[in-house]
Amino acid sequence: MNTPSFSRRNFLKVTASAAGGLMVGFSLPTALQAAMGEAGEINAWLTIDPDNIVSIVTPQTEMGQGAWTAIPMMIAEELDVPWENVRSVRADANRHVNNADLYTTTSTGGSTTVSRRHPYMMQAGASARERLRVAASKRWDVPLEKVVAKQGYLTAEHEEHGVMQGTYGEFAADAVAVTLEAEPAIKAYGDWWLLGKDVKRLDVSSKTNGTAVYPIDVTVEGMVYAAVQACPVPEGKLVSFDFEAVKGMPGVIAAVELTQVKDVPAFTDLRSAVAIVAESWFQAKNALAVMPIVWDFGRGATISFESQTAEALSLLAAPGTVLKDEDGNVGKGLDKGVNHDAVPDLIAASAKLVTGEVYSRPFEAHATMMPPCAVADVKADRVDVWTFTQDIGRSLNEVADQLGRDTKAVFLHQTQLGGGFGGGYNMDVHRQAAAISAAVGKPVKVIRSREEDIAQDSQRPPVWGTYKAALGEDGLPVALLTHFVGEEKMPAFAQRGVANMPYLIPNRRHENSFVQNHIPIGYHRAPGANSNGFIVEQMVDELALAGGWDPLEWRLKLTEGMEPWQRVLLAMKAKSGWTTDMGDGEGMGLAVVESHGTIAGCVATVSVTRRGQVFVDRLQYFINSGYVINPLNAREQAESSAVWELGHAMFGGLQIRDGRIVNTNFDSYPLMRMPDTPPEIEVNLEMSEDQWWGGLGEPTGPPTPPAVANAIFYATGTRVRSTPLSKAEL
Amino acid sequence: MAITLNINGQDHMIDADPQMPLLWAIREKAGLSGTKFGCGIAQCGACTVIVDGNAVRSCNTPLASAVGKAIRTIEGVSVNNDHPVQLAWQELTVPQCGYCQSGQIMSAVALLEKSPNPSDNEIDKAMAGNICRCGTYPRIRAAIHRAAEMSKT
Ligand code: FES
Ligand code: FES
Repeated sequence: MNTPSFSRRNFLKVTASAAGGLMVGFSLPTALQAAMGEAGEINAWLTIDPDNIVSIVTPQTEMGQGAWTAIPMMIAEELDVPWENVRSVRADANRHVNNADLYTTTSTGGSTTVSRRHPYMMQAGASARERLRVAASKRWDVPLEKVVAKQGYLTAEHEEHGVMQGTYGEFAADAVAVTLEAEPAIKAYGDWWLLGKDVKRLDVSSKTNGTAVYPIDVTVEGMVYAAVQACPVPEGKLVSFDFEAVKGMPGVIAAVELTQVKDVPAFTDLRSAVAIVAESWFQAKNALAVMPIVWDFGRGATISFESQTAEALSLLAAPGTVLKDEDGNVGKGLDKGVNHDAVPDLIAASAKLVTGEVYSRPFEAHATMMPPCAVADVKADRVDVWTFTQDIGRSLNEVADQLGRDTKAVFLHQTQLGGGFGGGYNMDVHRQAAAISAAVGKPVKVIRSREEDIAQDSQRPPVWGTYKAALGEDGLPVALLTHFVGEEKMPAFAQRGVANMPYLIPNRRHENSFVQNHIPIGYHRAPGANSNGFIVEQMVDELALAGGWDPLEWRLKLTEGMEPWQRVLLAMKAKSGWTTDMGDGEGMGLAVVESHGTIAGCVATVSVTRRGQVFVDRLQYFINSGYVINPLNAREQAESSAVWELGHAMFGGLQIRDGRIVNTNFDSYPLMRMPDTPPEIEVNLEMSEDQWWGGLGEPTGPPTPPAVANAIFYATGTRVRSTPLSKAEL
Repeated sequence: MAITLNINGQDHMIDADPQMPLLWAIREKAGLSGTKFGCGIAQCGACTVIVDGNAVRSCNTPLASAVGKAIRTIEGVSVNNDHPVQLAWQELTVPQCGYCQSGQIMSAVALLEKSPNPSDNEIDKAMAGNICRCGTYPRIRAAIHRAAEMSKT
């Protein structure tokens, strides 16, 4: 499904050639003004061909999560057009950026494409359908109420002429001119005919014969290749390099210095680096590997993961600070009538104190299957870019900024992404390609080696955490103090899923501290919740056992009255065969974590051999996202996030020495492979269907490691407080 | 240096260093972009092609060593995207981002040609060299069984 982007030029051409046909544009309330600015044209979310083929525009990127299918589904639902007639086409980033964010946003993250964006996307479809009805009622001269729009046909009973019928395509041109008095309301759950059904993603077949196009596959006439190397210690800067030494190597064309402007670059700034440009990427990479380069490593050179851990442990020995948000509120969830000031005294006076040990999770890389790549063709009057990004609009702006060009002259084309997982945000590969192309005056393809990718990725931050709890007579906590240490660049990650844990504990306080850190940080599938859930959900098991409670009953008790949580926990109880006593060497553990508005429970069954090797035999998931528009895709994403996070928990963990990441390829940074994948992964969708929407691209990740670690505890009696779990001594 | 490579039954004249990895010759010189780069050190399987019936990692196979051999890439699996492995992949919606899938499919095709009805163990062994960051392993496993079944009928 490698449809070209629906550029304005295309659009006008098609309009002109399809005499009497085509073009239905639809306005979103927010974008209407901007759209009207364009010579009276309404902005386009979809077009209808005379032959009734509907092309629906996708502003969000596709990285396997299904956006290029979900967006057309939401619009087709309202438009009421047969799914076979629907084509998915790419939004024009240039048009978006230069028309006051025409599509509201092109950002693709946080599992929001459906959960947050469905109201305005469905509105675009509903608006189109209503205009078609109005157009038919005018042409046929029948009252509007009599016109039915269904499955691509408009039908009405005419008083004299009997039944009138026409395709949407026949009325598309008329519909453009229609102005609605009021926008129609979008359909409620229960009125859906397409949403809620299993729909195969539209791009699957392009991914079984190698035709799907990723940035690495784009070629432009006259294109050359670049290999890049940024300072191996992030934040450090280039001092010098000796191009003379490699100039004569085969195929080598030029060396280009990439300049970092600030001492501490922002996440999407160009970082200090040097590139070799050559006729083939292999030649560029070989020359770069042997070119002498001198760096000033900067403040990071003395930092290691061990030094950060030592710092974290000393921070945990003293009180941390209670973080407040912009409005001065303590962490989300802690402000709901919870008395956080009383906690230290209650803990000090407690007759039944539980003191947790220190838990931790390390840095992890995205290691998207396609290493970051970008193609840039910088010309005097226009710039074309194809890049790894999860936000085409933002990347377009960044390219314009990098080159000092007007955004109107920059065209950033959507391609498939070889995975995203949050890595496509804090990224400078598009800036690199643009800067190099400008420097050499030729189109350039930048490919990061895997080593360069992992060394320069925006990593998931580490966390170290512990707790103290005072238990009451009934064994349930009266007061809980959590203290998590994060890193300084993205402090909010040390709060998510902890400050707002659901458990009803009358006195709670969450403290934070932060270690020094120079490693770039990014969003890593279910950020914050992914690492924090590992700590919180093992803590819960420790608290339950200390108070004489079954871990599942404890969670049920402390979420009483919270329907979405109860639904998940009760399903776990009813369907998982839950027990903490499976017999020697086997264990079942559970965890439940909310992220992106979705509550996901995991029950893990493990076996541990006498030699201490852990096998995850079965993973069962219970997910409540409120609604689900495509259960098939929901299952696929649930399996995907589960395997993703199990991989980090079992095998991952970046090592940092002398300020640099040392395990930068799959030999030293092992991840999940087929033989390690549990034979059984079961997904149960347990939807509340009650006016709230959660996202589904990430939430099964966070409960997986703590469920497995809890299961290991019940199998062996040993609690594993850090990952990779495969290195635990059992 | 001009080298002749036989890819998907067609001879390609390639002007490149004989030490250049086969992967880059296939992608940049022969212009077949279905075969992907993922690690460059034979660890991820994204670059898997079939050479004389065996699944090999083209990223660390020097061009010179493939001369005179039959190289098959994803583009040569079928003309109409309808090899049983491709059909099974579509039926079970295996690919997510899809980037690893050319390599996965080549490994699966090579496996099924040698062992038309593989056990889970054989599948695990044959597919262990192919990483999928999207975690599609459970579906790959099921799809290999499905392809085996389809090939029988
Ligand atoms: S690119 Fe060849 S195995 Fe990874
Ligand atoms: S489908 Fe994305 S890496 Fe396998």
